[in-house]
Amino acid sequence: MKVHEYQAKEILRRYGVPTPRGIVAENADEARAAAKELGGRVVVKAQIHAGGRGKGGGVKLAKDADEAAELTKKMIGMTLVTHQTGPEGRVVRKVLIEEALNIDKELYLGITLDRRIGMPVVMASKQGGMEIEVVAERDPSAIHREPIDGVLGALPFQARAVADALGLTGDAYKKCVDFVQKLMRCYIDMDASLAEINPLLITKEGGVLALDCKMNFDDNALFRHKDVVEMRDLNEEDPLEVEASHFNLNYIKLDGNVGCMVNGAGLAMGTMDIIKLAGGQPANFLDVGGGASAEQVGNAFRIILSDKNVKAILINIFGGIMRCDRIAEGVVSASREVGLPVPVVVRLEGTNVELGKEILAKSGLPLITADGMWDAATKVVAAAQGK
Amino acid sequence: MAIWADKNTRVIVQGITGREGTFHAIQCRDYGTQVVGGVTPGKGGTTHEGFAVFNSVREARQKAGANCSLIFVPPPFAADAIMESADAGIELIVCITEGIPVNDMMRAHDFLRKSNARALVAGAMPSRLIGPNCPGIITPGQAKIGIMPGHIHSPGPIGIVSRSGTLTYEAVGQTRAIGQSTAVGIGGDPLPGTNFIDCLAAFESDPATEVIIMIGEIGGSAEEEAAAFVKNNVTKPVVAFIAGQTAPPGRRMGHAGAIISGGKGTAAEKMATLRAAGIHVVEAPSEMGSKAAEVWKGRR
Repeated sequence: MKVHEYQAKEILRRYGVPTPRGIVAENADEARAAAKELGGRVVVKAQIHAGGRGKGGGVKLAKDADEAAELTKKMIGMTLVTHQTGPEGRVVRKVLIEEALNIDKELYLGITLDRRIGMPVVMASKQGGMEIEVVAERDPSAIHREPIDGVLGALPFQARAVADALGLTGDAYKKCVDFVQKLMRCYIDMDASLAEINPLLITKEGGVLALDCKMNFDDNALFRHKDVVEMRDLNEEDPLEVEASHFNLNYIKLDGNVGCMVNGAGLAMGTMDIIKLAGGQPANFLDVGGGASAEQVGNAFRIILSDKNVKAILINIFGGIMRCDRIAEGVVSASREVGLPVPVVVRLEGTNVELGKEILAKSGLPLITADGMWDAATKVVAAAQGK
Repeated sequence: MAIWADKNTRVIVQGITGREGTFHAIQCRDYGTQVVGGVTPGKGGTTHEGFAVFNSVREARQKAGANCSLIFVPPPFAADAIMESADAGIELIVCITEGIPVNDMMRAHDFLRKSNARALVAGAMPSRLIGPNCPGIITPGQAKIGIMPGHIHSPGPIGIVSRSGTLTYEAVGQTRAIGQSTAVGIGGDPLPGTNFIDCLAAFESDPATEVIIMIGEIGGSAEEEAAAFVKNNVTKPVVAFIAGQTAPPGRRMGHAGAIISGGKGTAAEKMATLRAAGIHVVEAPSEMGSKAAEVWKGRR
């Protein structure tokens, strides 16, 4: 789960990680009041779940409270397009008004899980403000990696190694060591999957602060972080994906025209792949889970069909514990209830598969049955092309 | 022969009185697996669907001689269940539970390393964890320890290892005529207990396995590491499929996560690396079985 910058900073402050002073505003009046409180000269930052805001016009400096109000007025309601939002962009609903600081250096600090070693790793680079992916591509040696024991947290010598790698000395060095240890504690305690400080700001006065912060959280651990769950902003998510999540359906919208309904994430990906190999383009990823009851199939139909690009649907179910005849009954009753505006190809495999096919054939519905994944893929691609 | 699970494996089910635990304990017993009981704290001394229930894994090991545990405990308590089994000296721990926090698994792995070190000193068997978030392990005709449909399997020479549940069933379905030695689902979690390399090494030294099917997916670098291992250590033919050739980049994997694996993680890169290691990579998931059969016949 992702949160906004202002929410991530709220969490950082709980762990004593220094951030600039800031206040969230939803309109010009609030922005003016916030800027006054912060001393007048402020930065107005659009709050959306995507990076690259600066280049898209979502981060602006205001010399006084009136200008902050003016900028906020322009920013709220605008559609911000960055290289991470896609061409459709995101609507700005909130801005963060933050004190403007005197920048000496901008560095990079990030923590995420390194799957190869099964440990979190702190990444540090002197090239702050630049995306870490770009740094990694141009000059991988510019990134210092410090693996951290997820149970022990960042040990003092490890935090010192990070501060060293960032080229810091004196007071800034000490503050950075403290910063790294606190950030790591926050990352572990909050079950984060990503904590990215870009840039990490060194001020002319020698302060070390998180100028920007991106935090993602482990969805599986949200049960013990109710406060984080309350930070979820549904405006930032695809409405279809949100609706699917209410039904425990794992749905991701794609650009093609062949809808897919599959049980199991791996088989769902494999189904998308075989549609492509057969000359089509998948419209979505959808894992209906192990159950595939009539109700679930109905929900999945509605979600797939609300994507108007869908010209045909492939249902690919490997009936394991769940028998194929039960699944076929589910498909038939859901089809009757939803009504089928596009051709549907059904491939069933597993327990009682013959009985399942018979139920589909006798239903009188325009369901096309298939044997095996390749047959199913070629049939559904032909159907999507109107053949 | 087979790997890790056979007719002598004595299984207890952790979370046996739950809905999933009950259903699958019965399914495993019906398949012929020796299910010697279950564990539900506070319900020890009772019986449930004909299974003896114990309060702890330690008790189940002492009284029922269990050497394998099958875990259906809900996510918030699953890591504890894994650690309890390791502490009790259970040799094979199969965790089906989906949705365990990464931090919990990090702690569980840490505990397992230490408890296996203690076992080494004591001359006892170490614990192997399969999963979490996996279908389990099956040696056809001998033992089914997991949630896979038993009846689609048949004994034979194909060893299967997979990160995906239903794609494992797909591979089993496609190799029905030849049969499988053992099929292992290692699970889709970022920190699995048993990885591809563990399974490849075990299949390589298992006389019953003649051809290996390996099913990977996008993300991480487990497939690349497996490719290097195959190149240097595996003499048996390996057939591979990688799911997610059409998956959009950037979903689920955070940006910083992608750089850690050094720009690796896409299906195309994984497939190229596997091919370079001499692995028979198929493009369509429907070709896993036919390619395995072709390779197997060529070997005879």
